[in-house]
Amino acid sequence: MEEKKLLKGNEAIAEAAIRGGCRAFFGYPITPQNEIPEYMSFRMPEVGGVFIQSESEVSAINMVYGAGGAGARAMTSSSSPGISLKQEGISYIAGAEIPCVIVNMVRSGPGLGGIQPAQCDYFQSVKGGGHGDYKMLVYGPNSVQECVDIMYTAFDKAFEYRMPIMILGDGMLGQIMEAVTLPPMKDFSNVPNAEWATDGTRYGADRRVVNSLYIQPDDLEAMNHKLFAKYDVLAEKECRYEEYLCDDADVIITAYGTVARIAKSAVDMLRASGVKAGLLRPITLFPFPCDRFARLAAMPNVKKFVSVELSMGQMVEDVRLSVNGMKPVEFYGRCGGNVMTSEDIAEYITKEGK
Amino acid sequence: MAIVFEKPKMLTDKPTHYCPGCTHGLAHILTAKAIDKLNAKKVIGVAPVGCAVFAYEYFNCDMQEAAHGRAPAVATGIKRVIPDAIVFAYQGDGDLASIGMAEIVHAAARGENITVIFVNNAIYGMTGGQMAPTTMIGQKATTCQSGRDVALNGYPIHVSEMLSQLQGPCYIERVACYDVKHIKQAQKAIDKAFQNQVEGRGFSMIEILATCPTNWGMSPQDSLKYVEDVMCKVYPLGVYKDTTKEEA
Amino acid sequence: MAKVSFNKAFCKSCGLCIGVCPKHIISISESEINSKGYFVAEVLEMDKCIGCAFCATMCPDCVIEVEK
Repeated sequence: MEEKKLLKGNEAIAEAAIRGGCRAFFGYPITPQNEIPEYMSFRMPEVGGVFIQSESEVSAINMVYGAGGAGARAMTSSSSPGISLKQEGISYIAGAEIPCVIVNMVRSGPGLGGIQPAQCDYFQSVKGGGHGDYKMLVYGPNSVQECVDIMYTAFDKAFEYRMPIMILGDGMLGQIMEAVTLPPMKDFSNVPNAEWATDGTRYGADRRVVNSLYIQPDDLEAMNHKLFAKYDVLAEKECRYEEYLCDDADVIITAYGTVARIAKSAVDMLRASGVKAGLLRPITLFPFPCDRFARLAAMPNVKKFVSVELSMGQMVEDVRLSVNGMKPVEFYGRCGGNVMTSEDIAEYITKEGK
Repeated sequence: MAIVFEKPKMLTDKPTHYCPGCTHGLAHILTAKAIDKLNAKKVIGVAPVGCAVFAYEYFNCDMQEAAHGRAPAVATGIKRVIPDAIVFAYQGDGDLASIGMAEIVHAAARGENITVIFVNNAIYGMTGGQMAPTTMIGQKATTCQSGRDVALNGYPIHVSEMLSQLQGPCYIERVACYDVKHIKQAQKAIDKAFQNQVEGRGFSMIEILATCPTNWGMSPQDSLKYVEDVMCKVYPLGVYKDTTKEEA
Repeated sequence: MAKVSFNKAFCKSCGLCIGVCPKHIISISESEINSKGYFVAEVLEMDKCIGCAFCATMCPDCVIEVEK
């Protein structure tokens, strides 16, 4: 049954994961995502699921590997330095084609950095992150409700494509409280285990192996091509974005996650002062909405793009690749845990526009 | 005539890639025989990184190949979601006692109901004979060519002794495979380690002192002698922890 | 009456079986080579075999099956 509740982003994600069928959670404490493991620690036993506070992020992601490889809907959550530690495991998970969900409530870096919101993990999320040629389906939700909606279907996507999925939030999104509609509990009790899962019931010729080792170059090359063929399907079927007032815009602001909400207010301010601004908000960061950027870039009214981020400029590189020199692409960002205001963005656009 | 010795069912027909005389093969056979005896409906093994990296090709059950050192974490993930399966991790000394030290200690401390087969040959075999966490003082390796020097490299780690200090583990025994008598003792230990899991008693680990003729630079026969004369002195055989006895 | 049979394709010529045979009847062939290039272990005087299975127990490669 649907339910309306006032929830913190982190708690909402945890509850949506459970309603989406997650029955195994492995995590290690790190600010600002601690509400997720805390919530899972009492909620999982209520639904007959598994919760372990592991000894490290490294261990947590490898528990996800084991449980996911055995066919369970398994997930972990962390924040930036912890995600760096998980990257080894994520690479193995991608290579072994294990479905799972990883939530990253990004904090500022590099190094120990700070605990305030940031978007400086864009690169390590959408470009692969760990060793080897692989990608993940990466979502950048901008509200607690969107966190819930994406988390609720994330496992279905993970199993459909047999790949890890990352939900890329930030400290703000994890900590903010908003009213959300929680979807009903999905029931997987009668769903047979996946046809590749090592559930231990097979011997001899039928036995299953979860593995990412391909010692023959031709085999590994074929595996890489298989993975990338899936990414082509993602680009075709799973790419999502939201547009606001782009049709007649002179300036296209682009931002994802909570920053997109700030940018949307900036668009309204700019419009009120006579500047024709629009907003293109990627919802999937991989696959990136390259085609939509290219089409907007080809429109004569569009003069330039401005990528607004809580980083030193990461997504802007994908915007530049998509726009491919057709129009100028600028960057405006804050970092270190600082967050720009709508006025900051509007001021940047008005000043730079002159 | 009846067959008195045959290949265990839990091993595939694939010839192993191990060097001539390497006792990894024996550790595989003993593990497979122990599982054969259980008649279990569900068995899942976890292979390590190291010489036994292809163990998933040799054990005749569902297998997962873990990242270096992470087998206990992977096995934990599997066991928790399929608690009625027999789950075992097979690890070497570099995998378990160096890069994977945190994973093995915490799996043991949690009393995770899994069985770990720990093959200790005191050297990194797969990568060509580098110093291992269990390389003995004075023992030569390609990264300590004059022999392990305490001043430079510190001391070898006695894993069974160390883990037995934890409250979590149920059963920890060190065995060796240098002759038929000790192979039979090793079989008993491994049988018990799996039986403990069936009975839900928690974490069991069997450390097997093994040979590496290639990287020790010895014949297979001399390697067995080295285990008996040298390794067993540094790493004494025996039961280090057995909570089943405490209960009795 | 006992018999050992060798799955010669699996033999790696390590000789561990030779060391444990109480009857000293196992040797490495001087003529027979398997597909991996190893001279294989063999028993020339099978009538002396007592079926103790020490050789099979010691073999790391599951080469030997014993009947008794």
